[in-house]
Amino acid sequence: MPNPPKPRTMSIWEYANPKKFMQTSGWLLPWVAGLSAVALVVGLVWGFFFTPDDYKQGSTVKIIYIHVPAAMMAINIWVMMLAASLIWLVRRHHVSALAAKAAAPIGVTMTLIALFTGAIWGEPMWGTWWAWDPRLTSFLILFLFYLGYVALWEAIDNPDTAADLTGVLCLVGSVFAVLSRYAVNFWNQGLHQGASLSLDKEENVADVFYFPLLVCIAGFVGLFVALLLLRTRTEIRLRRLKALEARERMA
Amino acid sequence: MMPDLGKYAAAVLSAYGVTLVLLAAIVGLSWWRAARVRRALAAQEDRMARDG
Amino acid sequence: MIALVARDLRLAIRAGGGFGLGLAFFLIVTVLVPFGVGPESATLAKIAPGILWVGALLACLLSLDRILALDYEDGSLDLLATAPIPLEGVVTMKAAAHWLTTGLPLTLAAPVFGVLLNLPEPGFGWVTLSLAIGTPALSVIGTFGAALTVGLKRGGLLLSLLVLPLYVPTLIFGAEVSRRGAMGMDTATPLLLLAGITAAAVALLPFASAAAIRVNLR
Repeated sequence: MPNPPKPRTMSIWEYANPKKFMQTSGWLLPWVAGLSAVALVVGLVWGFFFTPDDYKQGSTVKIIYIHVPAAMMAINIWVMMLAASLIWLVRRHHVSALAAKAAAPIGVTMTLIALFTGAIWGEPMWGTWWAWDPRLTSFLILFLFYLGYVALWEAIDNPDTAADLTGVLCLVGSVFAVLSRYAVNFWNQGLHQGASLSLDKEENVADVFYFPLLVCIAGFVGLFVALLLLRTRTEIRLRRLKALEARERMA
Repeated sequence: MMPDLGKYAAAVLSAYGVTLVLLAAIVGLSWWRAARVRRALAAQEDRMARDG
Repeated sequence: MIALVARDLRLAIRAGGGFGLGLAFFLIVTVLVPFGVGPESATLAKIAPGILWVGALLACLLSLDRILALDYEDGSLDLLATAPIPLEGVVTMKAAAHWLTTGLPLTLAAPVFGVLLNLPEPGFGWVTLSLAIGTPALSVIGTFGAALTVGLKRGGLLLSLLVLPLYVPTLIFGAEVSRRGAMGMDTATPLLLLAGITAAAVALLPFASAAAIRVNLR
């Protein structure tokens, strides 16, 4: 009796194939977009309209439903870009490089949201529109890292060169971003003792705030994934377009 | 319907406002660029199919 | 390898080579700040350590694109990349030459400019020491930025944007050493951290810089 064929194991590397990625993302995208829209609406409406005020912070506590998810995404998107850059540098999967490129502007947006909402949230507490709070300052530096990354992609013509250089930048930048976090904490320890926006992690967030927050976080994650799929598809198409144009020129 | 935001109304509303504007911007931009590239690619593929 | 450094030094010192540009800029910053914040001695004394560090950092930033761009344009970089010396060594020597023509003069000039800014007496030694330890990091990090942008026509602004967030940890710890030293406080922690960053940068960044140059020379 001959050996039965081995079952085909699904490897995530199959999605490194642009065609397979386009196929899968094609049917996945509307679902992710729809579900994340629902989560966002439910979470934000719940948080904005149906939660009480905080005894200390008044109605400004409602800002956590946008500030915390945006801040989490700002950092996680950079981590995703780091992973994607490593995969590109090591395994040369174009989809990975393009995914990192696609993710960056979403990260910029999330960082800006975190900065604006963080500053606005801090104003009633600190009496100033901007305070060099360690966390806010770290996000400002993260914004600069994102900006440099996007600018480098835009500045270089050759796509593979751009992918390589931005990949190396992401790597080195990640090390310095972590260093900066510690440096900024060190830099500000003497000034605003305990005045940072501590509601999100250190304090115990009451359940009544916590559940709508979870829904909002899910919504933001879903939004990121949807936008990432959309933008990566665009980048893959753009790459194909450039290749076709080059072929046409040579013919 | 609107909860009483008290003295922090401006802060809360502007925070939500900025967020919605920025989210709309990234979604809108991504969508518009996707449509534009899809159209350009389709046009290019058509052109090359016709020319043989 | 020494010959590389000597060559870069000679090129820099020649007219139009950019030597002294950093120093001049440092002087400009030092002179302009009192006009900007007012001449009150107490204010100046308080911010002097930070101003000296920021001024030195900006002066370093100015001369970064010269590190590699000129060699790239006339083809010498291609030759250096295929030379028997590893590219990582070449890059380190480039950074060393940059430090000798920019970081080192700035470090030596800092005490003099400190006088203009009412730097408190204990601060002089600490500012000089922190700049001596920190400016090599600025050169090495700057060389990495230059390696990324070497192929670009007008990469100067982009270079500054890329390098700026990378400079933040060195600036924070260097300025902390200077500030604490000027106030007579203990400087051990930031000094060690500053030295750590410089050591790690000098040891590891040349690999990233060399990789970037190889990509750009393809």
